[in-house]
Parts: sequence; structure tokens; C-alpha cells
Amino acid sequence: MTTLIKIAPMRAKEQKAVALISGGLDSMLAARIVLEQGVHVEGINLFTGFCVEGHTHAIRKKDRQREKRNNALWVAEQLGIKLHFIDAVDAYKDVVINPKHGYGKNLNPCLDCKSFMARIAYQWMLANGFDFIVTGEVLNQRPMSQRRRCLPVIAVDSGAGDRLLRPLCAKHLPATLPEREGWVDREQLHAFHGRSRKPQLALAASFGIEDYAQPAGGCCFLTDSSYSNKLRDLWRARGDRNYELDDIMLLKVGRHLRPRNNFKLIIGREEGENRFLEGYRERFTHMRALSHSGPLALIDGQVDENDLILAARLTARFSQGRDAKSVSVQVNECQGDSRRLNVVPLSSKQVPREWYL
Amino acid sequence: MMSERHTLDARRLLCPMPVIRLQDFVSTVPSGDLIDVFCTDPGTRSDIPAWCRINGHQLVGIEEQRDELVITLRVGSGEGRHP
Repeated sequence: MTTLIKIAPMRAKEQKAVALISGGLDSMLAARIVLEQGVHVEGINLFTGFCVEGHTHAIRKKDRQREKRNNALWVAEQLGIKLHFIDAVDAYKDVVINPKHGYGKNLNPCLDCKSFMARIAYQWMLANGFDFIVTGEVLNQRPMSQRRRCLPVIAVDSGAGDRLLRPLCAKHLPATLPEREGWVDREQLHAFHGRSRKPQLALAASFGIEDYAQPAGGCCFLTDSSYSNKLRDLWRARGDRNYELDDIMLLKVGRHLRPRNNFKLIIGREEGENRFLEGYRERFTHMRALSHSGPLALIDGQVDENDLILAARLTARFSQGRDAKSVSVQVNECQGDSRRLNVVPLSSKQVPREWYL
Repeated sequence: MMSERHTLDARRLLCPMPVIRLQDFVSTVPSGDLIDVFCTDPGTRSDIPAWCRINGHQLVGIEEQRDELVITLRVGSGEGRHP
């Protein structure tokens, strides 16, 4: 007698990919392409402290009422995937301070940054039993980090090697492990290149994606010349190329004026910024006009009596008493002592352009 | 087992730091417990509920107190927990 044994078909192991989700369209599309192929995808988003993620909107009063969303979270929700945030502030310092591949036009270490993000994703992949990494990079889209010779550098420097899949431009690149193993079908990947957004927009339309973030001015403060100048000034003044999270957050807020090498003033531009700066009153000597309405000013640096008077005159300059003969300014030492200075506000001619950072 | 109520101070933090602090805190709290998150960034009004939906936690309420938001959530089961 023959016994028929019914053998259930072997179910292939579900492949798992971790996608770097920035919140923009490219990483959204890259994750979606892989999801469409039946791969389990989860997202990670790295917070470096330099991300342009609506911080100035959260601070400024006029923008606080505007509806705001975290684009990475929004993208993850649209895709139906989990999103894991990673606090990369401390680990990222070495990228900014000692970029192996140098800076771009400003203090943007784009190639090192891409490698760093892929490395964190690779470490996350290993720690969580995932199989490969997905990014939204497009060949030759950006001048520094997405040139043909740079993409392999990112794969090597990050340690991710051929577990790094770029679905939007994969057909321009050698097949990666997920393609060779058949975890994804290379034929369904793309050959996008260059700065044109048309292919991405067409692909988004084919997926029915109509809403996506369109960041104006990039996604990183380090690409901004004004911000980079302030960071360079901070390093020069302290004689040390280092920073804490509070330092780089404060560079996003207020007017920064350096009238002397030994100190600078951070002056709120409106009520929301003043309120934000108030959170730093215990760390900085600060001042504000008493006789007239005016902004809060933090003093960053060591000051003597002459410096304090100059700072008070500058603070008065940005108050409603700028044309008054005398303005009373309350000075609060960070140790808690406070006193009042009566000063003549500086005129506009007495504030040289080069004081502004 | 009785669920407990916890407090997380995320005042003065700008997004996504309140969500990161919450994500880390939730990983130490048993499912079923409540967390009151105190925030000053108005973006948390949308970000924390979105994070809850994605990760399987239940948003209980959002209360506005002057310039602060108190966002209350109930920690979900292991399925949606941060690894």
C-alpha cells in the first residue's frame, strides 16, 4: 500500500528591509517600491540636530498656529510601516567636525553624512534581524554625495556593502545582494538619474501618491551659509570645534551679533523666540529693556563691565527705545544677581555690518 | 494587574525629540500603563498621535494648558513596540 504524504509547500522566509525615511518623496517611493514586492519594511529616521524639521516654525509665534507635521512620521503612516526614530546627535558630531571626505559649499559633510546614515541603518539591521537597507538615493541628483563614484563609497564606508539597495536608480548600479538572491525583482526597480523630478512625480502618480513634502531650501541647516557661518564663529570663539545640542539649536534662533571676540549676543526677533530663549536664562547672563518693550538678549561668552555696557546698548538698540536718550536695561547674571543699567542705545551707524553673524 | 500612570517631561524639546524621548520611555513601561507627556512644541499635537497610531499605542487625550500640551496615551501591546 502506498501512503501519500502531503507536504505543504515551503514558505520562503519573509525578507525584511529597513528604509531610511527622511520624510521626502524619494525615500517614500523607495520604500514603496520594495513594499510592492512583498518585502516587510520598517523605517528609521535619524535626528542629527541639524535637520530642518519645522523648528523655527515651532519657535516663532506667528508660525505656531500653522498646521505642522513631522514628514517622516507622515510618510510612514501613508506607507503603513513602523517608524523608529534614532537620536544620533552625539554620534553625528564626528561627522560634522571631522568629515573624512570634506565639506560641500558650506559646512555640509554630505558624503560622510550619507555613509553615517547607512552605517546606523546597517547596525540597526543587524541588531533587529533585518536583511537589507533601502534608501531613496538617485544617481547624480546631488553634486557631492550622489555622483557615480560616491555611491560605492557610501556602501563601503558604512559597512552595508551590497546589502544597500537604491530602488530608484538600481538599474544604473551593479546588482546588490537582495537582487541577486531574488528577494526583490531587479526588473521592477528603476533607472532614475539626474536632477529632474519628473520620473519621481510620474512614479508617485502611478502609486496614487498625491501629497508629499517638498522641502524648500534643503533638509539640513549645514547647507545654509548663514547657519554655517554661525557654527564656524562658535568654534572660533571657543577655540574648540565641538558643540552640544543646545548650541546648534540656539544657532537657529534670533539675531546673532558678535561685537567683541570674547562674547556674542543672541537677541530674540519676536515673542516666540524670546520665550524660547527664556529657557536658557539659567545658563547665560541675559538682559532686557525695562523702560521700553524689547527682546530678550543672551550673552554667550565671558564679559567685563565695559562689555556689559556695550551689550546693554545693543539690547536697547533692538528695543522700542532705540530713539530714546536713555533706556533702562535689566541685567541678570546666570548666577542670579541682577541690576539695572541706564544706557544710550547704539545708533544704526554704531552697529557695523560685520557684527552680524 | 493595576495599570500605572507615568509622567514624561518633554517641555522645551523640539520635534522630533519629544517623540524620541517618548519612544525610549515607552520601551521601559508595561503595556496598559498610561503616560502623560508634557510638551511645548505645538508639532507634538500631530506627531505624538501619529506615532501612537503607527506603533500600536492608544491616544487617550490631548489637553491644552496655557502654552503647554498634555498628551495622554495608553501603552500598547508588544506588537507595536519599538524593538
